[in-house]
Amino acid sequence: MSPGGTPRVVLVDDHGIFRSGVRSELGRAVEVVGEADDVAPAISLIEEVQPDVVLLDVHLPAGGGAAVVAAVRERFPEVRFLALSASDAPEDVIGVIRAGARGYVTKTIGTAELLDAIRRVASGDAVFSHRLAGFVLDAFASGGAGDAAEPVKPSFDPELDQLTTREREVLRLIAQGYTYKEIARELYISVKTVETHVSSVLRKLQLSSRHQLTRWATERRLA
Amino acid sequence: MCPPGCSGDDGSMNEPTWPPRSPEEGNFPHGPWHRGGWRQARMQRWHGRWNWQSLRRDPEDRLVGGVAAGIARCGPLNPTTARIVLIIAALFQGVAVPLYCVAWLLIPEGGSEGDVAEGTASIWSRARHDSRGIALAVAVASLLTVILLISGVFNATFLESWGWPQVVTGACLVLVWRNGSEHEQARLRRIVAPLENLGPEGTRRASMVRLGLAGVLFAAGLGFVLSSRETYAVVRPVIGVVLVIGAFVLLLGPWWLRIARDLVLERQARARAEERSDMAARVHDSVLQTLALIQRRSDDPAQVTQLARAQERELRAWLFEGRAPGSMSEVTSLVEGVRRIQQDAEARHGVPVEVVTVGDCPLNDDLGALLEAAREAVVNAAKWAQVPVISLFAEVTGQDVEVVVRDRGRGFDPAAIPGDRKGMAESIHGRMARHGGTVTVQTAIGEGTKVSLKMPLGAVRSAS
Repeated sequence: MSPGGTPRVVLVDDHGIFRSGVRSELGRAVEVVGEADDVAPAISLIEEVQPDVVLLDVHLPAGGGAAVVAAVRERFPEVRFLALSASDAPEDVIGVIRAGARGYVTKTIGTAELLDAIRRVASGDAVFSHRLAGFVLDAFASGGAGDAAEPVKPSFDPELDQLTTREREVLRLIAQGYTYKEIARELYISVKTVETHVSSVLRKLQLSSRHQLTRWATERRLA
Repeated sequence: MCPPGCSGDDGSMNEPTWPPRSPEEGNFPHGPWHRGGWRQARMQRWHGRWNWQSLRRDPEDRLVGGVAAGIARCGPLNPTTARIVLIIAALFQGVAVPLYCVAWLLIPEGGSEGDVAEGTASIWSRARHDSRGIALAVAVASLLTVILLISGVFNATFLESWGWPQVVTGACLVLVWRNGSEHEQARLRRIVAPLENLGPEGTRRASMVRLGLAGVLFAAGLGFVLSSRETYAVVRPVIGVVLVIGAFVLLLGPWWLRIARDLVLERQARARAEERSDMAARVHDSVLQTLALIQRRSDDPAQVTQLARAQERELRAWLFEGRAPGSMSEVTSLVEGVRRIQQDAEARHGVPVEVVTVGDCPLNDDLGALLEAAREAVVNAAKWAQVPVISLFAEVTGQDVEVVVRDRGRGFDPAAIPGDRKGMAESIHGRMARHGGTVTVQTAIGEGTKVSLKMPLGAVRSAS
């Protein structure tokens, strides 16, 4: 983070108008250190400036935002990605999250909430939009029981394959449009605990080898 | 029914009068193991628990005169047990029936809730002064005597032994009929009503004919049955039974018909009431909502016209094509229904609705109602909450479907909603309750509103 405490941000989106819109929206609250409009320029830009947060469009001309995350993440683990999407298609969202993004928000998000999300991601927390929370609940809903024809291959850590009751509660409230602060009040826990739960869900989402995750996302696309 | 000799007994130590002891039993010394002694002790205990001072006929818990319940009340006895004993006794001992009637006549009626002090005088205290009634009772008794004398010719021993005590029964019933208290007479009329004419005055003669015919059939049938022990053909009792059954059909047929008719009427009334409340909910959801919307947008003629036209189309579709307004009839799955709600709300009220669904399942009636209630909650939020966005969350779990409608708006005081506002009461609570669902509303002024609707899944299987 820059000395002033404002996160250094790179914008990756193929629409110039959207980029300038976001840039002016974010104003002085963050420091926009660069913009890119496709996968390859984005990778080289990120390697060059090493920002705190990359605001990453899920759809890019040369491929998904997931490709950018996958290329950079190994070498620069301290660079965090916040996925932005207009489409809400579950396979895109799940794909970019599983590649390593720490958050997902829709492009319709308000300025204050976007700033909040950027700060959260910069400090290492996870950010779930209400839609993503719904996806995760849905993907983890079937309780680990796969089809008989296609047996479940459990993760190395079986705990990754299911959500705890508390995590489920938190996700349900996120899906209902609650902010972290409202969730904390509703469940009588601290905001920090809410963040911990969400981060834990994110970890499960990224590491679980539930075949359902990918298959579920594909099915939802077809439906 | 209390057997003779027990009433008024104060449970004397050495001579319990009931049950009467056999002579040889009384001759034995009372040893500790002796059956008679044990029995006596038990009788004493039993008698000790009876309080005959409070013997009143029970005006509340009664089938005919309230005698059985009244007696049961005096001691540790269940009224139903008393009744069963009484009926069995009446079947085998003809004396039981007139005894009951005499008790009916002599035991005063208790006040409401068995209050002894409040009780009325016995019927006999009034019947004593009813000279016409006494004359009528004597006439009935002598008529019965004549009938019994004549039937004695048939040599039917059972009928004879059972029938003679009924001479007293007849006389007592006449007195009770004439002198019973007001509500008691009304009750008797209700019991006898099926035997009388049923409807308007015009049928009175018809019912007299019917009763007469039934009487003739009954007597003839009984005659056939009773005389069959002679060496006559085997068919005769069969004819007799058929005739008796015929008499019963004639006698009670109209009564059965009326019961059946009442049942049908009641069911129709219930169906109508349900239909009406369903219709009220639908009219509210469509027409009343649109009218409210028009009032709020009265400064925008184009909008008003558009709303009015849309409402007109919807109303026509409902009235003439039977397509219920806002019905989810073409919608087949929960997610589809939720999306429809979102589209409608955004188009009509211009408030974005953020939808999140978890799982999906096919719709049934219950889930249709759930969606309609959810739509109502969304519309309420769009109209009153004054918020930029409404959250609509639907989740299918193993056992139920939950829909949560939430806004961060003004909120409201649930207690302050006027009674004629249909929205919450009928369209949401009523609808959900009728289909076995539950509603939770979390709200306070300035705190936003959260309506959680939960419908058990029952037979519907999750599609995912």
